[in-house]
This record gives sequence, C-alpha cells and structure tokens, in this order.
Amino acid sequence: MKRNETENKTSDCSLKKGMRVRPIKHGTVIDHITAGQALNVLKILGISGTTTAVVSVAMNVPSGVLEKKDIVKIEDRELKEEEVDKVSLIAPDATINIIRDFEVIGKHRVELPENLEGVMKCDNPNCISNTVEPVISKFTVNKKPVELRCIYCDHVISEGIAEHLI
Amino acid sequence: MMLRHIISMKDFSHDEIDIILKRAKDFEPIARGKKSSLLSGKILATLFYEPSTRTRLSFETAMKRLGGEVIDLGSVEKSSVAKGETLADTIRVIGNYADAIVLRHPREGSARMAAQFSNVPILNAGDGAGHHPTQTLLDLYTIMRESSLSNLRIALVGDLKYGRTVHSLAYALSMYHADMTLISPKQLQMPDVIKKDLKKQGASITETTNMEDVLGDIDVLYVTRIQKERFPDPAEYQKVAGIYRVTAELLEKALDNLIIMHPLPRLDEIDPAVDRTKYARYFEQSFYGVPVRMALLAMAMEVA
Repeated sequence: MKRNETENKTSDCSLKKGMRVRPIKHGTVIDHITAGQALNVLKILGISGTTTAVVSVAMNVPSGVLEKKDIVKIEDRELKEEEVDKVSLIAPDATINIIRDFEVIGKHRVELPENLEGVMKCDNPNCISNTVEPVISKFTVNKKPVELRCIYCDHVISEGIAEHLI
Repeated sequence: MMLRHIISMKDFSHDEIDIILKRAKDFEPIARGKKSSLLSGKILATLFYEPSTRTRLSFETAMKRLGGEVIDLGSVEKSSVAKGETLADTIRVIGNYADAIVLRHPREGSARMAAQFSNVPILNAGDGAGHHPTQTLLDLYTIMRESSLSNLRIALVGDLKYGRTVHSLAYALSMYHADMTLISPKQLQMPDVIKKDLKKQGASITETTNMEDVLGDIDVLYVTRIQKERFPDPAEYQKVAGIYRVTAELLEKALDNLIIMHPLPRLDEIDPAVDRTKYARYFEQSFYGVPVRMALLAMAMEVA
C-alpha cells in the first residue's frame, strides 16, 4: 500500500502544501469527521487534556466530498473498531485508518453500535442513571433515524446528541 | 437460573399475559378467603419509597393468603435509606432476607436497575412516571372478568402525559388490538414517543378532548386522576384540575354494557353517585389486584 495513502488521497492540496497535519508513523487517523465535531470525537474516545499521546486536530479543512471536515490523528495508539464506532453518533461519515510505519494497514467506515454504554447521559433528570446509584448509562440504538433509548427509563434521545455526551 | 423479574409490560408476550390472567382466575377463591399454603415458608419484602395503599396492601394480602410472610422496609425516614444508602445496596441486603422484593421508587428506571443488583426477583410496583406492570395486569384482568378483551373499544381519560398506569395499559391493550380513544386536555396528551411505540405495535388510536362525544361508542371508560404530584409547575395543575368529571347524568349517553374503571385513589373525576350505577367497576378492580398479584408472586417464586 502507498505511503500514508489516506492523507494523500483524502486531504486537499492546501493540506499537502502546508502540511497542516503531518503524516504519522504509527497510530490512528480519523478522517471525514463532520466539521466542528473533532473535539466531541476526542470526548467520545475519552481523550482529554491529560492524555500523554501525541494528538493532532485539524478543523474545517476544505474537502472535496464534505466541503469541510475535521481530522484527528492519534499517534502510537491503534483504536479498536468498537471504540471508534461510537464516533458515528456525531460524525456518521468518519473513516478510521490504522497506520503502521507510515502505511495504512486497516481502514473502515464507522458504524453505529447496537448498544452504547457510558458514553451518553440520559436527559430525563428523574432517571435512576442520573443519581448517586452505581450504574453506568446504557442505551439501545435505533439507526434510522438515530434514536437512543435509555434502558432504564425508556426515555428517547433523538436530537442534540453531542450535548448529551458524558 | 434466570430470575423472573417483573419490571415492565414490555417484558411480557401476549401468551405470557394470558397465562397470568388465567392463573389469577384460579387464585380468585383464595383471594376471597379459601385457605392456601402455596407460598408457605416464603418471605416477601416490600420496599415502598413512595406512598401506596392499594398496591402495598394487596401485595401483602396476596402473599399472606397464599401462606407466605411479609417483611416491610417501613418508612424511608426511619430506615438506612435516610442515612444515604443507595438503592443498589439496599436491594443487595434485603435480597439476603427475602425470596422476592416488591419495589416502589420515585425514580424512573429504578426497578430495572434494582433487578441488575438483586439475587431475588424484583416486582416493580411503580417507578416514578415509568412503569407499573402489576396495575396493568390487574386492569387487563378486570376487563377480562367484567367485559371482554376481544374487539374491545376503550377510552382512557385524564392525565395521559404523566400517568404511568395509562402508558403501560395502552401498551398492553395494543397487544390485544383494542380500539383506543385517548381523552385529555391538550397539555396532558400522551407523549409522542409512547404513541409512536403503540403505533409500531399496530394500535388503533384516536385522540380527542371531549369525553361526552365518545360515551356511546365504548365498552370501557378508564378514568384516571390528574396527579398533582407529577406536575413540575403547580399553576399548570390548576389549569387542568377537575376538567373531566363522570356523572350519572353524563352516563345516560352510555352503552348498556359500559364499565367504568379507575386505578384509585379518585378525587372528583368520578361523582360518588356513579358508584351506585351498573357501570361502576372500580372497587371490583381494586379487589382483582389480589388474585393477579398472587399469580405474579407464584410465578416470581417459581411455585408451580
């Protein structure tokens, strides 16, 4: 496979020329993130300011397909499919590229999982999952349209999904 | 072994409901006083974090008439709950004392959570504005005994937004392909998410704000109290309090075989003069809670 195929193929000219985000040697590149959602993607993946990994974030990068997109690169960490599938909640077009030695060795489009655990907060303030009880929020996922149903109180979240991220 | 928790009507198939209703009919003589030792040696714990009269006493009656014992958490203020113990811990502790737990709790989803922590069956006796499956089953039983579950035309009237009993009942009735009319003021209409669920089940639903218009076309009128305690804003409650009132005069328009049900307690939504009419069934309904809960207790404690 060609060297860092993802970036060379999917990113635009300005990215290549200015190298806004340089190719990584090992790790994960999440491309085609809905513009403006990169920080929420990090939040979903549990990557906060305390991380020791090298993380690059590019936002509102011009893109042929999406017009604008965000890109996140996490060095020296290969994210598993089930970890990144959660990203599809807020960035349904995102693609995941696993890089080893500058080469893309795995690529897949995110897909909504059937269940979500510990990612979202139920927006029913009277739900038992919003108390001191030792429970983790859990939702079953309806894919079209995207609807999350709390397994505890049956409350459904269908709008403003990013606002409910824990 | 899988524990048989009773959390929501959604956990039951049509066939399972029919089995429970049939079992309840077998228990009716015992509910009326015939001796039984079916649950002898078994202990039921009742945990009521919110007030209850009918549900608590009918569970106790059901258990005792089947020869079992009941232990009670008592008032929440006097128990370890007042010291800040979580529900999850309370359930794990009580599960070591009893063979099944009846739980009423003000939070939605509390019974589902309790089931995750419990090593004995949980019977949900109401979780906030969520589910109240034992009430629904006794409502179905009342319809079966006093009217009919097939080709049923039923109107649900009152607070269809916050009322947990009507949500569970409407869901169950959709399994019986009942023709449902929902009567409520605009601000207390059944939530869209619930109506969507019902329609998915193939339910036939009509909505109206006028009770009088439908009285001549229904077999069952299910009246509910507009519950002050569920309103976030007392001013909103005042706008709708007392909006529907069933009176003997109003019932002149009713079909001969109409029955009127109410989960009780009632305020002024059914005039006391209606109690003396042939239509009233709400006191029979409260009795039927005993045989239905007997069937559920026997099922939960796996007594054949």
